[in-house]
Amino acid sequence: MQLFLQNLINALQWGSFYALIALGYSMVYGILMLFNFAHGDIFMVGAYIGFGVATGLTALAAMGTLALPNWVILVLTILISMFLTSFVGMLVERIGYRPLREAPRASAAITGLMIGIILETGNLAILGAERIRFPSLIKSTTYDLGGVFVTNKKIMIVVVSLVLMLALNEFIRRTRWGMAMRAMAFDYVVIPLMGVPLNTIASLTFALGSGLAAAAGIMFAIAYPVLDPYIGIIYGWKAFVAAILGGRGSVKGACLAGFLLGFIEIFVGAYMPSSVRDLIAYSIILLILVFRPHGFFGEPHSAKLRL
Amino acid sequence: MPLLQVENMTHYFGGLRAVHNFNLEIEPGQIRALIGPNGAGKTTIFNLMTGIYTPTEGRIILDGQNIVGLQPHSVASRGLGRTFQNLCLWRHMTVLEHVMMARYSRLTYGLVGAFFGTALRNREEAASKAKAMELLDLMDIAHLADQTVTNLPYGAQRRVEMARALASEPKILFLDEPTVGMTPEELDQMLGIIRTLHRDLGLAIYLIEHRLKIVMELCERIQTLVFGEVIAEGTPEEIQKNPKVIEAYLGKEAVH
Repeated sequence: MQLFLQNLINALQWGSFYALIALGYSMVYGILMLFNFAHGDIFMVGAYIGFGVATGLTALAAMGTLALPNWVILVLTILISMFLTSFVGMLVERIGYRPLREAPRASAAITGLMIGIILETGNLAILGAERIRFPSLIKSTTYDLGGVFVTNKKIMIVVVSLVLMLALNEFIRRTRWGMAMRAMAFDYVVIPLMGVPLNTIASLTFALGSGLAAAAGIMFAIAYPVLDPYIGIIYGWKAFVAAILGGRGSVKGACLAGFLLGFIEIFVGAYMPSSVRDLIAYSIILLILVFRPHGFFGEPHSAKLRL
Repeated sequence: MPLLQVENMTHYFGGLRAVHNFNLEIEPGQIRALIGPNGAGKTTIFNLMTGIYTPTEGRIILDGQNIVGLQPHSVASRGLGRTFQNLCLWRHMTVLEHVMMARYSRLTYGLVGAFFGTALRNREEAASKAKAMELLDLMDIAHLADQTVTNLPYGAQRRVEMARALASEPKILFLDEPTVGMTPEELDQMLGIIRTLHRDLGLAIYLIEHRLKIVMELCERIQTLVFGEVIAEGTPEEIQKNPKVIEAYLGKEAVH
């Protein structure tokens, strides 16, 4: 039982990372019918921007110019980095995808792969190949809850992720932009004729997805503080699997599938040698997709309205 | 001054001339119709005026402003509402959401307001919902507000579309074959709705129709379009007697 709970907590943490990244894939798919294959690298960029912001703020605090307590630095780092990374996302949409909106989706997907490589190698060119260490903003404290060990970091990660997901849900359900995003999942043609600017909504969707990926990146860096320019690849792909599993375009699906992915990985890892963990975990997911090819909440027919 | 004025509008798709030298004037509160056989270019004219295509030549003046070259969303928010020939509804959104969505350009709150749920956001969204319910009531579908549109019968879906087109508070409404595929009963109700909009809300309406009988009942002036060109224009009586119109609809034989 203790072992189960211990694994459950780890699974929640990993599920949070996957879910936050998967949301970006799914939302962009929802409006543009395109998987933004650069999204994993946006997660990496977010972690690096977080590194820059955190380092800067810690330095200011150390000099006494802006003596902020560490937890304020943490909150500011997350918020500022989400904000800055959302502009990276908007830039990717503006430069990479907007000119290709009428192009075949395969071309746009390949563009995404190239943007990903540009972000990775660009980072390499700017910061060099050395791995960097994310500043430790919160001191790790471990709580012993009846034999189950929980760190304050894990609690923070899961709570912040859930808050962000709920905020996103609120935004999508109750605001005019959220409604426009949901409607845009069905067409491009009618929405503008209702007075909604498509490009604004497309930018906003990339901004939201990238902001969430940045939050995931920073929290990942807090849990595993060594960063390199290629961390986006593997976690990006895994979160992509979660987005497919949840159902393309489904926000609810992306969250649930992100957590499910975390659970499968951790629980397979708990009972199997780590060398076969992903092999078994992803075979299970493949099996689920054989029976539910559209994922949990996906739609069989995803063609857009045309006039 | 007319509410909508189109001057010498011509449009080419590649080398194909789809619309030739089209002119139109609609006064506030007027109902006019565009009729013509399949493929005459009626929907193309709608698409040109709503900003989906930019005309090769010509001017379109809406309420004193030239709207040629504007993006569709700008045209829409300047007061042009539209419905579609093949129902373009958003599957899996509710009836109420359809109408609220179309009020986008009438709301002013910003992203900060959206994220933090400011008083302005809540007030505007509440007012928007009230307005949407009012429109659903007008269309007699208020009881269906929380249904997803895919569950509704065809006639009701048409009304959802109509309510959505009205939600942005247009000055002029474009209806693209609003009665196509309807049962006689649904058709009568739709005619009633169009008359209500015209009489009670004083909306200007521009209507594409296939069936002469309907436009004859509704409209003050009618244009007949064949192969992208207006071949006849006039009152319903004039149009009905015009030999060119009869020829276009029934073929040459019928004239003699």
